[in-house]
Amino acid sequence: MISWRNPGLWPLLAIIAAVGIYPILANSDASREVIFTMLLSIALASSLNIILGYTGYVSFGHIVFFGLGGYTGLYLLSAWRSPLWLALLAGGLASGLLAFLLGKAILRLRGGYFALVTIGVNEAVRAFIVNFAPFGGPVGISLNFRIYKEYGGAGQALWLVYYLLLGLTLLAVVLSYLVKNSKFGLGLFAIRENEDAAEVMGVVTPNAKTWAYVLSAIIPGIVGVLFYFKNGNIEPGDAFRLNFSIELLVMVMLGGFGTVSGPILGAAGYQRLRGLLLTTPVLKDFQLVVAGVLLLIIILFIPAGAVGWLRQRFPRLRKALP
Amino acid sequence: MILIVEKVSKTFGGLQALQNISFELPEGQILGLIGPNGAGKTTLFNVINGVYPASAGKIIFRGEDVTRLRPYELAHRGLARTHQIVKPLNELTVRENVRVGACFGRRGASLSEAGRIADQVLEFLGLNEHAELLAGALNVAQKKRLEMARALAAQPFLLLLDEVLAGLNPSEIDTMVEAVQSIRRQGITILMIEHVMHALMALSDRVIVLDYGQQIAEGAPAEVAQNKKVIEAYLGDPKLAEKLFNTQ
Repeated sequence: MISWRNPGLWPLLAIIAAVGIYPILANSDASREVIFTMLLSIALASSLNIILGYTGYVSFGHIVFFGLGGYTGLYLLSAWRSPLWLALLAGGLASGLLAFLLGKAILRLRGGYFALVTIGVNEAVRAFIVNFAPFGGPVGISLNFRIYKEYGGAGQALWLVYYLLLGLTLLAVVLSYLVKNSKFGLGLFAIRENEDAAEVMGVVTPNAKTWAYVLSAIIPGIVGVLFYFKNGNIEPGDAFRLNFSIELLVMVMLGGFGTVSGPILGAAGYQRLRGLLLTTPVLKDFQLVVAGVLLLIIILFIPAGAVGWLRQRFPRLRKALP
Repeated sequence: MILIVEKVSKTFGGLQALQNISFELPEGQILGLIGPNGAGKTTLFNVINGVYPASAGKIIFRGEDVTRLRPYELAHRGLARTHQIVKPLNELTVRENVRVGACFGRRGASLSEAGRIADQVLEFLGLNEHAELLAGALNVAQKKRLEMARALAAQPFLLLLDEVLAGLNPSEIDTMVEAVQSIRRQGITILMIEHVMHALMALSDRVIVLDYGQQIAEGAPAEVAQNKKVIEAYLGDPKLAEKLFNTQ
């Protein structure tokens, strides 16, 4: 049984909620934007962690689900005038479906081969969309400004997007926790540690991996719709940026892959660092260099990430840091 | 018969790893599988539990043709095995390793039930004091016992043991032999590969000998030990072997 009384989950949710509510109480647009980026990263990193950290499959092109979700949602919003909730749902479903189909095909590849193919998938989807007229081809889709009127004007819509993102982020963390502490999650961990042994012990590896991939794709799809709804437009070059995929990997590895709290800490820490770099004149062009070097250092010296390292050093923290 | 192996062959490219292997294993027995290194013993295990598909022949487990099934499908039907080269889930604790066996094997236990089963099995195999240790931190003897614990936690009908005694010291061997006997008393049928002869001879009801992928002898342990072909397979020259035996 999953223990809801685990001492680690509630403080995590409370911290995220508190940080998330701060801009609302302060009614500050500036801090809302900072926290928005942070929550977005937490939601994406926690989702990526299900396939990367729990199952041990490195999805290098995970941003494809964010981009595809965004495209699906914006298409519905602009061409069909569909309400936002439907667009969000469709974005999540489209990403989940892509993951399901891909999972059946490419999750039989292991290690580096899978990682390479995920990059290929991201590029292929981008190339497809550049040539796909309903999604606006190379120009992309721009939302008519009038759409925001239904949500009380652009200013109000920004807040609405923010509330929804806060909810989704909490949901992503809860999902990550539930998966980790379930029987399904135990099977994923067995796959991560030794797929052959897992199969011999009875883990139905093809199904488990596919569902892990689907679960790690749905929330990025929904978040993609939110992000591009807020943005007002979406373009192929922007929606499938490999950089962002790699930054997500850095966040998960930095915080500690395979833990619930790791991606949260990693995402918050990385975004904080990125903010500092971008506002420092000398360093503003080196943001990605830092990300790369950081990834290298983590993998060389603390492969378990910050949370993993803490858990190893202080076993008593294991319960407190899920 | 819990397991029937019918004219099973396995080739890897041009290499004939198994050739026309046939035997039957009645419920409740212990069947020993011996042979020199490279004889195809582990390959036979891999074919039986679905890791490799058989190139020819049939495998029938509890009345069902399982020749083309995947390892997890066999696990669900009540077949569990250990590995000669141990495969611990290193970053999981010993207890979690065993829970995987209980959750996904024949028993299909829920997480909490699996926890109870794991505690029982760990106690039975004397691993309970290491339950919260990461599996990667165990020594070889403990990892072998962990392999067995995971297999047992599934509560299988048939257990394939691949050299669980190799690399153990004499007192560890005695403990393990006792464990195997006790498993058999629980009604679990066992097929075991072993190089530690005295232990195998004491445990097995029957023994099959493989050499270069061929089944060269089958019978009661004492008979097989006297078989000329077997002695030749192991020592190369039967006359030399006789000399060795006579001097003892």
